[in-house]
Amino acid sequence: MEMNNKRKNCRPRKISRRGFIQGTALGLASLAIPVGSADASVWEAFFQKHFREMNDDEKKAVIKRMEKEYSERYGRDLTIKTTNAEPGVLFGYGLDLSRCIGCRRCVYACVRENNQSRDPQIHWISVLEFEKGEKWINDLEGSDKYYNPDEVPEDGFFYMPVQCQQCENPPCVRACPTQATWKEPDGIVVIDYNWCIGCRYCMAACPYGARRFNWGHPRIARSELNTETHYLGNRPRSVGVVEKCTFCIQRTRGENGRYPACVEICPVGARKFGNLLDPDSEIRYIIENKRVFRLKEDLNTFPKFYYFFAT
Amino acid sequence: MVYIFKNFFITWKQILKGDKWYYAWLGFLSIFIVLGIAAYVQQVNRGMIETAMRDQVSWGFYISNFTFLVGVAAAAVYLVVPAYVYNFKPIKEIVLFGELLAVTAIIMCILFILVDMGRPERVWHLLPIVGAMNFPRSLLAWDVIVLNGYLAINLIISFYVLYRTAHDKEYNMQIIKPLIIISIPWAISIHTVTAFLYNGLPSRPFWNAAVLAPRFIASALCSGPALMLIIFQIIRKVSRIDIDNRAIHKIGELIAYAMGVNLFLFAAEFFKEFYSGSVHLAPMKYLYFGLHGHANLVPWMWPALLFNITAFFLFLLPKTREHPFGLNLACILVITGVYIEKGMGLIVPGFIPGTLGEIYEYTPTMLEKVITVGIWAGGAMIYTFLLKFAMPIHTGELRFVSEASEKTE
Amino acid sequence: MYMRPILILAFLVVTGGFFGSAIADDGIPRFFVPPPPFSEGIFPCSQCHEGMPANHERRELSFHSEIDESFNHAKEQRWCLDCHNANDRDKLRSVSGQLITFEESYFLCGQCHGTIFRDWKAGVHGKRTGEWNGKRTYRLCVHCHNPHSPRFKPLKPLPPPLKPNEIQHRKLNDDEIPLNPIGDIR
Repeated sequence: MEMNNKRKNCRPRKISRRGFIQGTALGLASLAIPVGSADASVWEAFFQKHFREMNDDEKKAVIKRMEKEYSERYGRDLTIKTTNAEPGVLFGYGLDLSRCIGCRRCVYACVRENNQSRDPQIHWISVLEFEKGEKWINDLEGSDKYYNPDEVPEDGFFYMPVQCQQCENPPCVRACPTQATWKEPDGIVVIDYNWCIGCRYCMAACPYGARRFNWGHPRIARSELNTETHYLGNRPRSVGVVEKCTFCIQRTRGENGRYPACVEICPVGARKFGNLLDPDSEIRYIIENKRVFRLKEDLNTFPKFYYFFAT
Repeated sequence: MVYIFKNFFITWKQILKGDKWYYAWLGFLSIFIVLGIAAYVQQVNRGMIETAMRDQVSWGFYISNFTFLVGVAAAAVYLVVPAYVYNFKPIKEIVLFGELLAVTAIIMCILFILVDMGRPERVWHLLPIVGAMNFPRSLLAWDVIVLNGYLAINLIISFYVLYRTAHDKEYNMQIIKPLIIISIPWAISIHTVTAFLYNGLPSRPFWNAAVLAPRFIASALCSGPALMLIIFQIIRKVSRIDIDNRAIHKIGELIAYAMGVNLFLFAAEFFKEFYSGSVHLAPMKYLYFGLHGHANLVPWMWPALLFNITAFFLFLLPKTREHPFGLNLACILVITGVYIEKGMGLIVPGFIPGTLGEIYEYTPTMLEKVITVGIWAGGAMIYTFLLKFAMPIHTGELRFVSEASEKTE
Repeated sequence: MYMRPILILAFLVVTGGFFGSAIADDGIPRFFVPPPPFSEGIFPCSQCHEGMPANHERRELSFHSEIDESFNHAKEQRWCLDCHNANDRDKLRSVSGQLITFEESYFLCGQCHGTIFRDWKAGVHGKRTGEWNGKRTYRLCVHCHNPHSPRFKPLKPLPPPLKPNEIQHRKLNDDEIPLNPIGDIR
């Protein structure tokens, strides 16, 4: 494989002058201050409280408004859950590096489940390809995210998917100036997309490159919208806010909590998930019986995402 | 009450009336301001996808300029210390213009933060009580406090002094002395907190070095005063204000010391990274030699270093710093050098290589440059207005009216 | 397909020695698995093999030639009737001669692959779907590994992400929004 070819000089395109003028005109129009009664929801959205400061009635009202907005935007009805964390649950994740073949099924199952923007493209999972032998995963610079052979695994390479590590000591939460991101009692680090100001300090703080910013207006084909959503999880986002993996909070929370989408799609069964507080859980078995490590342990972030070797 | 309106009118008249050069200057700035606003509207409309920032390099030109300007603002203290504490007369007379520069720089900082926000309309979420300020955990919350506090302190001091002078009254040292005393550590704090903002991120080894805050302050004490030296010479030209050469040369000498410290700290950092040669060397290598064939900043960093070293000697030697050419050359070299080093040279390598090893070479788009120039032009206009108002008060040409003053006439 | 958990709870309650657990009376757990992935019409094997005399001699097969050709599972040491039961072809047999149904073929595989069997029972080897805290579906070894050639086959990877400079503002109509390479996952 030609390594030199992999990293081309990434220089962004310049905008054309005409596009610039068009955009300016459109932008001026969009800046018009909403005054009519039809725009009442714009003001409601503007003055919306922080999610954790809303009482149940306020949450209900907000969700009703949002469901209406989303159905207008996508032409489909969707539901927004606010399921709380279950007591006695602390989610943990295991990823078997001896099994992962780098097929990227998880990347796109995640996109589908979590309503990531298709254009501009947003992926929550990055799969890194490392050359076997010489150096270990500390050599991140030697890894490649853009590999594209006909078949994987490629001889002489191994793969490491990276997503939000759901740190017990999350640097992103500390960084956020508005408390728009926080760690829930079940250990999931979530974002209130309606409270985030888009300063991206959390992205600078995250040691795992897990956070994504909506650089443009996110777009999803109507037919592909996942209508089963959670307020803190996969509900559609808007421009200018940060998002990231939430362990599929809309699936995993509740009485019949399901596995995250990436776990279920993985064709080699490399992805494991469960309750760290349950001694009989799969994740506990892994931690107790396998060789596990956590990414960048030296930073004391205490991820709840364990890489392991089953063999 | 009548006098407040009258004085308000006097202020506006003073700001809006000028000769053709004044209008030409304002017109010149307005072009860039209007372009900047148009570009910003485009950015709001389409999102920050119009910038070259991406998830891999999530801060860029805006934050670089912000960082540089925090340094400029902090440098007002360089004049305040000798002026008020040691009562060094020549500097005391011009300290007001330093404070006004600090005010301008902070306003520009705030503008750079605003244009960098994905959701500027939610800026109120940052506030305590109405919002949910993450204080004291988030260093960004600290920065909001110290920057706005610094803005307030400098506004109060300079406008109080101007107000009293405009009424032909001596200002009361009892009132401003505590503020001046506070402003000194506060100036240090704005740059320290801004440094800590980057410094406290273990994810970014380039910033996660203890030398960062001291280096920030050392370099700020170079660029800020250098900018002031140039402005003082302009003031001397366009107004009747006499700025003593002794003050100018003293400031030049002080810049030399600050630059000496800055260069020493840089050398310490450079040595540590290259001699130990750990994986954390990568960003430094990227800056000065290029990394895996990516070397966009290399042609900027070496000249910046060269500029700083040259300026150090120009300021250090009495012969060159007391010569107008040597002095101004040194000022320009310092401003350029520090602008590169404390701007793009500080922010971008925090993200190169990225936390997952990816290298994305960031070069600002035209839109980012237009917005940036727009803010600089806006800052220049604000400072022009402040000077237009403050200079004649300082020289005694402009006075407010009051009951007492009308009686005497 | 595999998204639907197969409920054979009744079976477990009848055979289970412990309340609610998936442990059978022989101390070996039984699991929710989908039916074995037979080729269309191949099972029951007795359809053809009924009355056919068992020939233990290693030879080239004419009927199961495609398996014979691709066979690559310790092929020096092993042949068909080491795992397939000669007398009742609808069953498998362990080394000790115990008969094993195709629904429980993991007991057969587990004879040699003990550590993997152990991991599989713990839910650590292989794919699981369903509920992390409740009903979940395991897979038989043969759902992912061809028993006659068990090495996992390489796959075509899904497309790499766009590079940062390829992500730009584009004017798109609704029907031009790129579709996800993975369609329905629910």
